[in-house]
Amino acid sequence: MKCASPPASTPTRSLPKPMSHIISILIENESGALARVAGLFSARGYNIESLTVAPTQDATLSRMTLVTSGNPEIIEQITKQLNKLIDVVKLIDISESTHIERELMMVKARAVNAGREEIMRLTKIFRGNILDVTPTTYIIEITGEKSKLDAFLSTVGEENIIEVVRSGITGILRGERGLAV
Amino acid sequence: MELSGGEILVQCLIDEGVEYIFGYPGGAVLHIYDALFKQDKVKHILVRHEQGATHAADGYARSTGRPGVVLVTSGPGATNAVTGIATAHMDSIPMVILCGQVPMAVIGSDAFQEADISGITRPCVKHNFLVKDVTKLASTIKKAFYLATTGRPGPVLVDIPKNLTDPRIKIPYDYPKSVTLRSYNPHVKGHRWQIKKAVDMLIAAKRPMFYTGGGIVQGEASAELTELTQLLGYPITNTLMGLGAYPGTDKQFVGMLGMHGTYEANMAMHECDVLFAAGARFDDRITGIIAEFCPHAKIIHVDVDPSSISKNVRVDIPVVGEVKPVLAEMIELVKACDQKPDAGALAQWWKQIDDWRSLDSLGFDRTTDIIKPQYVVEQLWEMTKGDAYITSDVGQHQMWAAQFYKFDKPRRWINSGGLGTMGFGMPAAIGTKLAFPDADVFCVTGEASIQMCIQELATARQYRTAINIVNLNNGYMGMVRQWQEFSYGSRYSQTYLETLPDFVKLAESYGHAGIRIDKRADVRDALEEAFRQKDRTFFLDFHTDPTENVYPMIEAGKAQHEMRLAPGVNPDTELA
Repeated sequence: MKCASPPASTPTRSLPKPMSHIISILIENESGALARVAGLFSARGYNIESLTVAPTQDATLSRMTLVTSGNPEIIEQITKQLNKLIDVVKLIDISESTHIERELMMVKARAVNAGREEIMRLTKIFRGNILDVTPTTYIIEITGEKSKLDAFLSTVGEENIIEVVRSGITGILRGERGLAV
Repeated sequence: MELSGGEILVQCLIDEGVEYIFGYPGGAVLHIYDALFKQDKVKHILVRHEQGATHAADGYARSTGRPGVVLVTSGPGATNAVTGIATAHMDSIPMVILCGQVPMAVIGSDAFQEADISGITRPCVKHNFLVKDVTKLASTIKKAFYLATTGRPGPVLVDIPKNLTDPRIKIPYDYPKSVTLRSYNPHVKGHRWQIKKAVDMLIAAKRPMFYTGGGIVQGEASAELTELTQLLGYPITNTLMGLGAYPGTDKQFVGMLGMHGTYEANMAMHECDVLFAAGARFDDRITGIIAEFCPHAKIIHVDVDPSSISKNVRVDIPVVGEVKPVLAEMIELVKACDQKPDAGALAQWWKQIDDWRSLDSLGFDRTTDIIKPQYVVEQLWEMTKGDAYITSDVGQHQMWAAQFYKFDKPRRWINSGGLGTMGFGMPAAIGTKLAFPDADVFCVTGEASIQMCIQELATARQYRTAINIVNLNNGYMGMVRQWQEFSYGSRYSQTYLETLPDFVKLAESYGHAGIRIDKRADVRDALEEAFRQKDRTFFLDFHTDPTENVYPMIEAGKAQHEMRLAPGVNPDTELA
């Protein structure tokens, strides 16, 4: 097992990592809406790093959080092309302002012998929860920024990981400003 | 008023003021065709292939500015229409495609003639709808017309499952008077400050250049463009899609630009210090190699679609807005401005342009007995006094038509610019002729393109649309052959059509007249003959020089000023 690196001390950051952008989209909750967004990215050769979608409190709208990367010209085109989709009501590149981003991860880890104690300790350090226990495994839930989740995985070590499932990033702007109709 | 879904659809078209609908029946649209049969307000034009329906509707739309309407059945009917839909999409042409679908209950079961046409067309429409509830049918049709015709126009497809048009199910009918979509606001007014900055930059220019495209035609802004250009006295070039938006015979017009544009247009682009682009999208056929595009210029770009701005070329002053009001505002600002363009600099700039112009980059051999294709188009232009509607297919003939027919009015030049669809011209001519039955409509085509939708000769016969076909028959897929000559060591791979039909007999078999022309001396007479007889379609089969090439040419990977000129044309010696 590798040496534990401490989790990121601040849960938010004011500036995005270079090249990576988080775009929040309010989109009509119509059939085909997701396909239009996904199709736009494949047709124009843009990159999707992650994409999450769920209905909002207004049942006619879905909210997407899309993580993409590219130079400023590409990102500008992506936001313009997304805005051009008839189903897209509003969007904002939240990585251009102070924001909070989170990703949920569940890890099924092999936990035997001394490892059981060590993984439990790491989970506590990373402020995670153990959701399921068997004589040989844990399922650990961790929420945080992508970098924190990556750090946890590398700390636990690939040899101990049976399965990982990540939600993809979601995010929200800080302060009074928000994305609403 | 209680109507069935099929009747609702037809009534919507009537209420929308639709004159013609281009289509082809089939299982999934039988209810709709039955409803069409019972009325006489909307006239249905039966084509011979669904691609023809979309191109005919497209020709109607391009010539009138009103949306073209198409009706096709599910499965193959819908997929056959895709090429025409993509053609309209690339050129931002308003079109509404009504498409039958298998009944809701069997969607997704791989039913007979089922195709996911919403999925298939998603990348090549402005928007599409799958209607799942007959009570939403009328409002969806309203939305479709609204979306197709506003903002940057485009095709909108409505997929209608067969059970929705069941004649036994009747519901109250009410066609919405207006529609608003919270996610769509097409009426964008240009930002006043940006427009002011643009005018200041234009007036201060020493070597200004206007470059405008199809957006001027679609945006009905020809009058404003012409006034602004003449107010300033600046040179102007049009893209292939923009021809006719500024009078082609005016001295300020320096010809088309781009891959087969004139020497003067491309050189002026390369040397200008302020480029004013409006309703154009910096397509790769215009820019040549992007890194060397307009190297000395500050660029102003007016477009209704924000995603067109800084997509291919970074611009200095973007103006997002409909071209017509933006140009009108610019005219007012220019008139009110104390500053005037630098007359000395402008005179020097014009002298330079006239020097380039004197090279006569479109020159061709006028002495041979063999028919030069350019000569045919030139004669056509002279004979029709530049007043005909010209449709074209895609290839060399298209470029010659664009170069040698001088369009003075918008909407007279109808061709597939963006997608470059062979087979477009003849059905588009049919749609144009239906819209303007008293006008002269010529389809300038080639022997390869015309065969891609040749079956529509039957449609032209059925509806007596007296179009004329100018077939520049050189026995090759000419443009591909030209590239093979220039870039592939004259290895003419699969570009020679060894088994061409006798086009005259073919036309006659469809009930039209045909003439074969082999000599230059007979060109004008043949054109006159077709021109005189207004009540029938003439197929003019001109056998032209098989080795003629389109010049000038910016070859792949070259910059705007690196044109390949016709043999014997040399800028260095001519301009020394």
